[in-house]
Amino acid sequence: MSTDQNILVKLNDAGLQLNNKWLVKGVSLQVEKGKIVTLIGPNGSGKSTTAKIALGIYKKIGGSVEKYTNKVGYVPQKISIDWTLPLRVNDFMMLTESLNKDTIDEALSLTGVIHLKDKNLGDLSGGEFQRVLLARAISKKPDLLVLDEPVQGVDFTGEIALYELIKKISDELSCGILLISHDLHTVMSATDHVVCLNGHVCCSGSPMDVAKNKEYKALFGEQASQILSRYQHKHDHIHTDEGEIKKN
Amino acid sequence: MFDDFFIRALVAGIGVAFVTGPLGCFVIWRRLSYFGDTLAHSALLGVTLAFTMEFNIAISVFVISSILALILIQLQKKTNLPGDALLGLLAHSSLAVGLVVVGFLTFIRFDIMGLLFGDILAVSVNDLLIIWIGGAFILLTLKFIWKPLFASTVNYELAEAEGLNPDRAKAIFTILMAAIIAISIKIVGLLLITGMLIIPAAMARNLSSSPQSMVIYSIIGGLLSVIIGLFTSLEFNTSSGPSIITAALLLFILSLFKIKQTIKLKN
Repeated sequence: MSTDQNILVKLNDAGLQLNNKWLVKGVSLQVEKGKIVTLIGPNGSGKSTTAKIALGIYKKIGGSVEKYTNKVGYVPQKISIDWTLPLRVNDFMMLTESLNKDTIDEALSLTGVIHLKDKNLGDLSGGEFQRVLLARAISKKPDLLVLDEPVQGVDFTGEIALYELIKKISDELSCGILLISHDLHTVMSATDHVVCLNGHVCCSGSPMDVAKNKEYKALFGEQASQILSRYQHKHDHIHTDEGEIKKN
Repeated sequence: MFDDFFIRALVAGIGVAFVTGPLGCFVIWRRLSYFGDTLAHSALLGVTLAFTMEFNIAISVFVISSILALILIQLQKKTNLPGDALLGLLAHSSLAVGLVVVGFLTFIRFDIMGLLFGDILAVSVNDLLIIWIGGAFILLTLKFIWKPLFASTVNYELAEAEGLNPDRAKAIFTILMAAIIAISIKIVGLLLITGMLIIPAAMARNLSSSPQSMVIYSIIGGLLSVIIGLFTSLEFNTSSGPSIITAALLLFILSLFKIKQTIKLKN
């Protein structure tokens, strides 16, 4: 059992109501130092909303959020940047915190985009930009990382490398990670705790426990359940640019 | 030194350009040009109130513009009207009310053209103090809120998630907009203030590759516009505001050639 001091953020029966409709409701979870908590669930199940609730972006929420750190790194799922701004990768790295050159270079090297440092943000491809986003989030050595589908649009080999990097960061910085991922393989290999959402928490626990759960099987199908229970690193699907899973 | 009206106008204009440079960049980045226009239109009401109560024009304009900005924020929250409709509603009604009040002020001589388009004869030593002290205060405040304001301009949720308090920065920036309108009204005139904010910054965008360089080019563009514009105004007896804005437009057109070159280089 961990002590309360290790808790970075805690959601108590949290939810968000928009136009009299609950986007997500009754979510309780906590992220601790050095632990990876993964949110899974179908499209529209409230994963991103839950992440934003944890980050304190929404003001009027149901339930409550206890946030114990302000050192947060965030990779949003969708980011629309206005290209009327002249912004290079280097400027973007220092968006929310001033960093020295070495820190920036190190983070960009880790995600494999150091060569893009002086490029204009508008000239990057989707996958390159995603790597810059991840570099920016880890460069400030946060206590809490919130990663909303951090490898969408990244090429196949890069995807595996970046997930390994995320795992390594979690160990080295002993920061807590709230991860949203469609990749059930990743969930199995790296996660400490899985929360399966579908407008509410449909089940949660260790990856093994979740895989055995009936509601999980109903949501993702028998095949997905087998991936989790007998983990083999065999990709049977590809990711589209939107972060969707497409079966081969 | 400040005995000469032209020197006073020049010093005032230079002070204004230093402040409109960086603020104008944010007006472009945050798409606030119509918001600036609305505040400027309400300035007429501020001026007339200053005349009736024999109060300082800059302070009166600042108060009225700030109140208008607050009303706008409230209306945005409480009505279902789109933002541009609300801006138009407030801009034209405050201009109309201001003009009606001017009609009642028959007991004082009133140079309405000077008010709308700027008048280099009108700048007093007192105005210089307000421009330079007020301007320094605006720039210091902007430096203080730069990080949260810029980060939330790039992406609001990133700024909010990483603890920068973008809402506070936005509220302070709104007040700064009212302040710049108040201090630049004498020299540019209330109908053209937004031009002074946008055109040098637009020129700077064509020349720059980072936010910092855009701010610097924007200040340089503003300074050149003021100097060229005021000399033209002196030489040809034109209103100072239109002369400055025309100079800014010429600089903008020149900056377009630089873009053509870079596009050529890329191909």
